[in-house]
Amino acid sequence: MTEIFGIPIQAFAGQLLIGLQNGCFYAILSLGLAIIFGMLNIINFAHGALFMTGAFAAWYCTTSLGLSYWAALAVVPVVVGLFGILIERLLLQWLYKLDHLYGLLLTFGLALVIEGLFQHKFGSSGQSMSSPEALQGAVNLGFMFLPIYRGWVVGASIVLCIITWFMIERTRLGSYLRAGTENPRLVQSFGINVPLMITLTYGYGIALAAFAGVLAAPIIQVSPHMGANIIIVVFAVVVIGGMGSIMGSILTGLGLGLVEGLTKVFYPEASSTIVFVVMAIVLLIRPAGLFGKEK
Amino acid sequence: MKNLQTVGYAALLLLGLVAPFAVYPVLLMKCLCFGLFACAFNLLLGYAGLLSFGHAAFLGMAGYICGYTVQSLGFPPELGILAGTATAGLLGLAIGFLAIRRSGIYFAMITLALAQIVYFFCLKAQFTGAEDGLQGVPRGHLFGVFDLSQPLTMYYTVLAIFVGGVWIIHRTVHSPFGQILKSIRDNEPRAISLGYDVDRFKLLAFVLSAALAGLAGATKTMVFQLASLTDVHWHQSGEVVLMTLLGGMGTIFGPVVGAIVLVLLQDWLTGFGSWVVVLTGLIFIICVLAFRRGILGELLALKARML
Amino acid sequence: MKQFRPAVLAAALAGALVAAPALADVKLSDGVVRIGVLTDLSGLYADISGAGVVEAVKMAADDFMKENPGIKVEVISADHQNKADIASTKAREWIDTQKVDMLQDLVTSSVALAVVKVAAEKKRIAIVNGAATSRVSNEDCTPYSVHYTYDTIAMANGTGKYVVKNGGDSWYFLTADYAFGHSLEKDVSAVVTANGGKVVGSVRHPLNTSDFSSFLLQAQSSGAKIIGLANAGGDTINTIKAASEFGLLKSGKQKLAGLLMFITDVHALGLNATQGLYITSAFYWDLNDETRKWSARYFERMKREPSMVQAGNYSSTMHYLKAVKAAGTDDSDTVMKKMRETPVNDFFARNGVIRADGRMVHDMYLVQVKSPAESKKPWDYYNVVATIPGKDAYLPLEKSACPLVKK
Repeated sequence: MTEIFGIPIQAFAGQLLIGLQNGCFYAILSLGLAIIFGMLNIINFAHGALFMTGAFAAWYCTTSLGLSYWAALAVVPVVVGLFGILIERLLLQWLYKLDHLYGLLLTFGLALVIEGLFQHKFGSSGQSMSSPEALQGAVNLGFMFLPIYRGWVVGASIVLCIITWFMIERTRLGSYLRAGTENPRLVQSFGINVPLMITLTYGYGIALAAFAGVLAAPIIQVSPHMGANIIIVVFAVVVIGGMGSIMGSILTGLGLGLVEGLTKVFYPEASSTIVFVVMAIVLLIRPAGLFGKEK
Repeated sequence: MKNLQTVGYAALLLLGLVAPFAVYPVLLMKCLCFGLFACAFNLLLGYAGLLSFGHAAFLGMAGYICGYTVQSLGFPPELGILAGTATAGLLGLAIGFLAIRRSGIYFAMITLALAQIVYFFCLKAQFTGAEDGLQGVPRGHLFGVFDLSQPLTMYYTVLAIFVGGVWIIHRTVHSPFGQILKSIRDNEPRAISLGYDVDRFKLLAFVLSAALAGLAGATKTMVFQLASLTDVHWHQSGEVVLMTLLGGMGTIFGPVVGAIVLVLLQDWLTGFGSWVVVLTGLIFIICVLAFRRGILGELLALKARML
Repeated sequence: MKQFRPAVLAAALAGALVAAPALADVKLSDGVVRIGVLTDLSGLYADISGAGVVEAVKMAADDFMKENPGIKVEVISADHQNKADIASTKAREWIDTQKVDMLQDLVTSSVALAVVKVAAEKKRIAIVNGAATSRVSNEDCTPYSVHYTYDTIAMANGTGKYVVKNGGDSWYFLTADYAFGHSLEKDVSAVVTANGGKVVGSVRHPLNTSDFSSFLLQAQSSGAKIIGLANAGGDTINTIKAASEFGLLKSGKQKLAGLLMFITDVHALGLNATQGLYITSAFYWDLNDETRKWSARYFERMKREPSMVQAGNYSSTMHYLKAVKAAGTDDSDTVMKKMRETPVNDFFARNGVIRADGRMVHDMYLVQVKSPAESKKPWDYYNVVATIPGKDAYLPLEKSACPLVKK
C-alpha cells in the first residue's frame, strides 16, 4: 500500500474529500458575507444564526410539514431569504449612513435573539434529521467509503458557487451590483434602484446561508449552537481571503477546508485553531488578505 | 465648572465608600470589576475608534494567571494581580501587533479570531483546570497586612483598584497621547500626514487597554476566588461591547453605568430562565437603532441642550 | 452581612438526642425549610437539568408537605447561565438574605465546585446532581457537600468493565482534547486493560467540533471493536450522527460506547442513529414499577420522561427533607449526620449510602439503546444489559482524595 507521511494514500484521499466538503460550507458562508459586505458595508454577524435557522427550517419542513428534502431545499432558502429582506427593511436600512461597526453590533444582537429563541423553543441538544432516501447509503470509491450525501454536498455547493459567481461577474444584473458596490450614487443617478438592489443582495446572501443550513442539517446535529460554532471560523476565512473578489472567497473557503481536513489527520488537536493560525500568518505577510486589494 | 466637576467626583467617591452598607458587597464588587473592564475597553473603542471583539481574552487570561500565581506559587494578592495585569499587557502586545494591521470591521474579526486561540489555549492548558476552572483561590493578606477575607476590606481594595484604573484612563484620555488617539479616530490619513506614527499609537492604546482589562480580570478572580472559562469566551467579549454601548462610548463613566446596569440585569434575570440571551440581544438592537449615545451620552446631550 | 441562627446548634443537638421527635418537635431556624435550585435554564445543560430539575425539586417538596403538613418547604430557583461567578454570588445572597438551607442541582463542574465552597464556608448543605466532575467528592469535598446522581468515574467504570465482559475487548478512543476528556480516557483505559481488554489507539479532537467524520474514519481503520466516546454534549451527539452516516453501526463490526451520555441525547438523535450504543445510567424511567410510577407523575408535569439528573434531584431533595424531619432541625451539621446515617431507599436508589467524602454510592445500569423495531412506545429507548453494583461503579472510599476520609 502506498503511503504519504505514514498514512495510507486511500485514507489520505478520503480525508481530503471530507475536508473539501467542510470547505464547501465555509465557501458558501463566506461568499454570502462577501456579497453582503460589498453592497451593504456590513459584516453580517447573524450569518451563523441564519445558517442555523435554515437547518431548523429544513428539519421542520421534513418532519412536521411532511415536505420532502428536495422541496425543503427549494423552499427554505426562499423563506429564510424573505426573512432576511424583512431584517434589512426593518433594522439594517437605518444604519447605512453610520459607521460600519454599528452594523456588526446590530447583527450580533440579532444573532443572540435568534439563537436564544431557538434555544427556548427546541432545547439545547437539538434535533436530528436524516438524509433523503435517494442519497442514503454509500459508494465504495476504492480508496474510501463515501456516503453519497457528502458527495452531493460537495457537488451542490460547487454548482451554487459557480452560479453565484456567474451571476455577479457575467450578467447585467451582476454588473449593476458591482457598480453599486463601487459607487452607489453614480449608479443611482443612472436610474437604477439601488435601495432595492441592496435589499435583494442581503436577501440573497441570507438565502445562501439558509441553503448551506439545509445541506448541513443531515450531517450536523441541528442545534441552536451550530451557527455560533461556525461563524467565527468563517470570519477568519473572510480575513484570510480578503473579501475582494467572489472567486477569492470561494477558493479561500475550499482551501481552508482542505487545510483543516489535513490537520485533522496529522495533528487533530489543532484542527480548530489552524484556521486562526493561518489567519495570523497571512496578516503578517499580506495584511490585505490573499485576494484583497490594499486601500 | 472645574469646581463643579471636582465636587461631582467627590460625591461619586463618597457614594462608592458608603455603598457596601446599603447594597450587597459581592454584587458591588462585581459591578466595579466589570465597570473597570468596560472602561478599559472603551479606551480603545471610544477614544481610538477600534472595536475589539476579543477583549475577554485579556480579562480571562489575567484572571487565570492571578489565580494560578496566588494559589499555586504562593504570591501575595498584590503581586498576583500585578502578574495578571502584566500578562494581559503582553498578550495585548501580541494580539494588537497583528490586529492593527487592519482597521474597521477587519480589526473586529481579527481580534475575535485571535481571542478564540486564547480560549482554546485556556481550555487545554494544565494550570487552568479546563472546565472545572481554578477554584478556591485564597484571598490572603494585601501587603501582608489587610485581611482580604473580610468582605469590607476586600470591597475597599477593589474600590481603590477601580478608582486607580479609571484615573489612569482619565489621565490618558486628557493627555496629548489621548488627543492624538482621538485625531486618529476622527481622521487617520490626516494624522499620518501630520507625521504621527499611527500604528505605534494604536498599539500603545491597545496594550494599555488590554492591561487594564487584565487588571479588572485579576481583581475579579480575587473577589470570586475563582477563574473560569466563561471569562475567556467570546460571549464575554460581546458583553463588554454591550456595556460600553449601553452606558455611552467615548465618555469616561458611561461604560461603568452600562456595566452596572448589565450586571444587575443579569442578576435579576436569573429568575427568568431561558430569556437572558434573547433579552441581551434585544438590548443590543435597541441601543444600536435608537440609543447610540448610551445612557450617559444621552444624559450629557440633554444637559447640553438645557444649558 | 448578618449571621443567622447563632444558638441553633445547641438546640439542634438537644433535639437530635430525643429519639424520633414528633412533628411538633421539628425546630426550623425561621419556620421554613428553604431549598435553592441553581441550574442552567438557558444554556447547554438545560435539557439534562434545567426546568425539569426545578419541577422535580418542587414535586419532592409538595410530596413531602402532603405527608408532613407541619413542615413548610419553600423552593426557589435561579438560572446561573453556566457562569460560576453568577452562581456563587447567587448562592451567597440566598444564604445571607433569604436564609436558604440547602442548594440543589448545580449543573456544570465550574459552578458545582464554586458553590460547594461557598456552601461549606456558610455551613449550608450543597447537593450536586447535575455536574459530573469527580473532584466534588475528591480534592474539593467538604463536610456539607453530597455528590448524588453520578460522576465521571462511575460512568467510565461501568461502561468500561461491562462492555469488555460482553465481548468488546478492543477499544479506540475519540477524546475531547481537554482535561475532562483526557481523564475520562485514562480512567476507562485502565478499566479496560484491567479486565483483559486492550486499547489500540485514540484520537483527540478539539471541543465543539461539528464534523467528526474525519476522526471516525481514523477510528474505523483502527479495527477496534468498541469506539469509546470520551467527550460530552454536542460533541458526542455529532460523533454519533457521523457514525451512523458512515454506516459504522450497521456494519456490526464496531460498536460505540458513550462514556457520558444522557437519555436526552438519545432522544435528540433518534434511535436510528443510536441503536446498539452502550451507555451507563444511574436511572431509567422504565426499570420497574416504582420508576414507572414516579416517572408517570413527572411526565404529567413536564411532558417528557426524566433524565437521571432530574430523577436524582427528586430523590436527593426527599432524602434531605426526611433527614430534616428525623433530625428535628434544619441545622446543617445535624441534618448531614442524619443523611449519612440513613440509607437511601426509593424509586431512584436501593441501599444508597452517602459516604464520608460526600459520594452517594448506589447501583448503576449498563444499558444498550434499542433498535427502532424493538422500541414499542415513545421514550422506549433502553435495554438494561447489566446492573453495576455501587461498589464496582464508584471510586472506593480508600482511594478517595478527599481530606475528610480518615486513612
